[in-house]
Amino acid sequence: MKHARIQHRGQVLDVTVNDDGDILMADGTPLDAGEVTWLPPATGTMFALGLNYADHAAELSFKSAPKEPLVFVKAPNAYTGHDGYSWRPDNVDYMHYECELVAVIGKAARNVRRADALEYVAGYTLCNDYAIRDYLENYYRPNLRVKNRDSTTPVGPWIIDRSQVPEPNNLTLRTYINGELKQEGTTADMIFDVPFLIEYLSGFMTLRPGDMIATGTPKGMADVQPGDVVDVEIEGIGRLRNTMLSESEFFKNAKEQSS
Amino acid sequence: MRHALVEINGEPTAVTMDGERLRRVDGETLAAAPARWLPPVSGVVFGIALNDRALLESHLESFKQPPYEKPPTRPVLFIKTPNTRNGHLGSVARPAVERLQPGPSLGVVIGKTASRVNEEDALAHVAGYTVVNEFSLPEDSYYRPAVKAKCRDGFCPIGPWVTDAADVGDPAGLGVRLTVNGELRQEGNTGNFVRPVARLIAELSEFMTLHEGDVLIAGVPAGRVDVQPGDEVAVEIDKVGTLVSLVTEEDTTREGDRS
Repeated sequence: MKHARIQHRGQVLDVTVNDDGDILMADGTPLDAGEVTWLPPATGTMFALGLNYADHAAELSFKSAPKEPLVFVKAPNAYTGHDGYSWRPDNVDYMHYECELVAVIGKAARNVRRADALEYVAGYTLCNDYAIRDYLENYYRPNLRVKNRDSTTPVGPWIIDRSQVPEPNNLTLRTYINGELKQEGTTADMIFDVPFLIEYLSGFMTLRPGDMIATGTPKGMADVQPGDVVDVEIEGIGRLRNTMLSESEFFKNAKEQSS
Repeated sequence: MRHALVEINGEPTAVTMDGERLRRVDGETLAAAPARWLPPVSGVVFGIALNDRALLESHLESFKQPPYEKPPTRPVLFIKTPNTRNGHLGSVARPAVERLQPGPSLGVVIGKTASRVNEEDALAHVAGYTVVNEFSLPEDSYYRPAVKAKCRDGFCPIGPWVTDAADVGDPAGLGVRLTVNGELRQEGNTGNFVRPVARLIAELSEFMTLHEGDVLIAGVPAGRVDVQPGDEVAVEIDKVGTLVSLVTEEDTTREGDRS
């Protein structure tokens, strides 16, 4: 089953999406897709991974592979839903997408063993963890100015139940800009997989229902520009669309919506 | 006015302080201290590291070396995840085989949505001030996000209350003191910030919208100290309040092993 959160005629609703792509309310009533605004399907903390793919394994000798995951944290201001808008600041040289598999926590997890870890996963979604290289600084890197910008982490469209993803470590990831394939990889190349990350994180903190673990991205970055339509896709999970706006367009829209 | 959240008969209840007594929103006053103080805020908690001048200066030489290369040019930010929330008189567990250090700081409580506000208007977005104890494991490096050091359960006591901004006035020049078992161990002043509160709000809101109830941990002074199980730790801030925490040993039982 696919579970989504949407806004429809001013109301936030929990809905399901069937195999034909129909959006259904809890009582089974279908909704007109044209009247639906997709929201992030989960709103907890996002724990995101840096440098978690070894698809450039030839470049990485085994002994130099990271011993400990590089984890950073996102807050809900960063999230935006499927078919939403992100923005590229004026005067930056390089802003790129990152297609990532996201595990969504289903029940509180503390000191969980790797072997039991998937029991704590409700399902999977995907995110596009945009980054702006220009803003990287060597303090708590990747810093919040790179990774926790308003509406610059699209998440969704939905959470697909864990039972429907039997092999989360054998999925193809792809990113398209304006329909052109730009990035392709497989979750098989992930260094620290979801069970490892749940054991690691829950070893020092409690993961909560709705928290998300964004598992990093393979090689194949490219710059995005205002006007670009960027799709990230993971086999068996979904395809998440985002449109890039310029800084002035984004804040003009935000102002109109809040007034 | 001072605003707190306490648990009465198992229910979170908003109160204001009337001297030593608590007054409910409906006007009823409650006698003795409440059973349990809850954090008086519920939003995202953003921390600003290295915002004390003496602390930053003590690191400047090493910040010119790798991996930093140059001192930070923007606020050095981190997120205290929701599992870290803790109230006045709550206990903070020292993890096994780790050192635990309190982090006394002024907490700035946002009162209304702040997006791209300038420094002159910034303080108009502040509802009030609270006391934060930003517990952490010692940090020997600022290079990577300090999730393992800072995002542990209960590592962010906040409270006991929020004092209205009007009752505090200028947030610069407030003395900040940490006592352990009644003995003064760490001291600072909000006048020694690298970036004063208004400037922090301006710089953060440039890329992150701050919402009502969000909190900024404005800056921990230099000289963090170790605390031990059994210690009573208090953070006192002029005009704002005194927040007390009790240090305990961590329970390392695995999920599923609990009876």
